[in-house]
Amino acid sequence: MYDFTEEELNRYSRHILLKDVGVEGQERIRAAKVLIVGAGGLGAPVAMYLAAAGIGKIGIVDGDVVDLSNLQRQIIHTTPDVGRYKVESAKETIQAINPSVEVVTHRDFLMANNALDIISDYDFVVDGTDNFPVKFLINDACVMAGKPFSHGGILRFEGQTFTYVPGSACYRCTFDGPPPAGAVPTCSQAGVLGAIAGMLGTIQAAETLKYFTGVGELLTNKLLTFNAKTMDFRKINLKRHDRCPLCGKNPTVTHLIDYEQATCDLASHKASNK
Amino acid sequence: MANIIVNGKKQEVTLPLTLVDLIKLNDILQPDMVSIQVNEEFVERSEFETFTLKEGDQVDFLYFMGGGAI
Repeated sequence: MYDFTEEELNRYSRHILLKDVGVEGQERIRAAKVLIVGAGGLGAPVAMYLAAAGIGKIGIVDGDVVDLSNLQRQIIHTTPDVGRYKVESAKETIQAINPSVEVVTHRDFLMANNALDIISDYDFVVDGTDNFPVKFLINDACVMAGKPFSHGGILRFEGQTFTYVPGSACYRCTFDGPPPAGAVPTCSQAGVLGAIAGMLGTIQAAETLKYFTGVGELLTNKLLTFNAKTMDFRKINLKRHDRCPLCGKNPTVTHLIDYEQATCDLASHKASNK
Repeated sequence: MANIIVNGKKQEVTLPLTLVDLIKLNDILQPDMVSIQVNEEFVERSEFETFTLKEGDQVDFLYFMGGGAI
């Protein structure tokens, strides 16, 4: 049991007032250790809401620096942060929001050779990454380690997310492997409305808090998708399936893999738009 | 004519119809970027060509979405 100070009881009073959360739920939040992979469009709102919520320990993995084009959606970083490491900038914002959160920065990219080691220190992982190789890596590492995680993806005006807990459908039950590199949307087809990242990230943050407090039903075995153009939200039932290459009966994915990813070259995009 | 449900919406189609036909019919731009469930069961990509739909089937095109931080 953790004894909250008067100040903390005041800070978290709107959580504690919730019958489903209460002091006990807040204690669970205080004891929680969450790893956020990617301090970008999704990771930013996730980290900020989890910091405000009083998560005890937040780890952030990102090897990148803040670019001006990030600021349209990555609200944890501000204009003077351009050029700084994202993990440093994110840590500063988190500590400004809530100094009692322990922040661990992993100034690195998640790879097959460090993923299991990094996630081992945490109770829950949030996928806030921008590419398929790491999305599959997070899925595979979490399934292998029996670690719950929240998956998130956004594209243009759409978003999708599901929550994994050991035993539920994993990413590969629905998307058996990364799409061929040539099929990944090119720059002119990609892009994203900044606020969509906030919509999806806050759903992921809410799922994380629901996981620790045990409130309600998680998005396990369900893919939540939305289209912000129409504001249509759908929940599609997912099933763990026997032929899943990772969690099925005869798995073919037995170790972590670093997939190749075609990168989006903005310079050539500008040239092609002339 | 037959009715099927595609991504939650009713669609009138002519049978016989395979998943590859439905992909073309619905102008799915990047078939490599979709995963398909029929009646909430995952269909292997290698079966798209032979999988035939029937009246009342519920088809979900699930798109790969990779964005988040770029």
